[in-house]
Amino acid sequence: MSGFDVSRNDVDQISVLYLSGFLDAHTTPKFEHALQTLIKEDRVKVIVNLKDLDYISSAGLGVFMGFIEEIREKGGDIKLSNLSPKVFKVFDLLGFPALYQIFDAEDEAKTKFNETK
Amino acid sequence: MKKIRKSRYKIRFPSRTENLEVVRDFVHRLALKAGFKSEGADQISLAVDEACTNVIKHAHQYNARRMIDLNVIYDDKKFEIIITDKGKGFDPKLLEKPDLSKYMHEAKMGGLGIHLMKTLMDEVNYSFNPGSKNQVSLVKYIHGTA
Repeated sequence: MSGFDVSRNDVDQISVLYLSGFLDAHTTPKFEHALQTLIKEDRVKVIVNLKDLDYISSAGLGVFMGFIEEIREKGGDIKLSNLSPKVFKVFDLLGFPALYQIFDAEDEAKTKFNETK
Repeated sequence: MKKIRKSRYKIRFPSRTENLEVVRDFVHRLALKAGFKSEGADQISLAVDEACTNVIKHAHQYNARRMIDLNVIYDDKKFEIIITDKGKGFDPKLLEKPDLSKYMHEAKMGGLGIHLMKTLMDEVNYSFNPGSKNQVSLVKYIHGTA
């Protein structure tokens, strides 16, 4: 499959973004837009589910970096879930596990948000 | 002495991010053909994406009329990709390992790609001659790799 897509599901205060396909320098604007929209709507408890993401480059990682501070300042967080081993490896190479909470399953990320209500 | 046979491939493409996917596929396929397993081929195509993204953003500043030349040369031991542009060249200071917390604070991420390239490949070498020819060479050795 070619291309990239973002879909969104809101449950109570938490918004989950589902990314699929390839997140590279060409497709990052779509992901940035989705995060900007969430911030505008003041929905800052964000889970990014990467179950269907096949590929990420540093341009994609840069989007996470670019929004995390603003979201945390507003009392929210970006948590990640369902990374394939291939995608996790890229996050790991750049030291992301020290800065972001990464979960095997989306429900674990939701539980974590609910614990810190 | 037995002569080592080298395979050589070359593509030239407009400096546009939409071409990254095609470039990754091209390099990935050649890496598999050269003897890498899929993990090694994934690493090479990611490193090439990072190098081309840097050229598109920094050397060409998104000017899609510029072209990028990509040469792949390999034998049974060594897989090399040479990426050539005629743009501005970029600041070698970016070659330092980025401080992630600083990047987070400043929402600046340009150096992440260069750090990734150096991690994924065995050798990364630059030569700058802004306006006439800038080159980055990425090398990965085939024996004993993933």
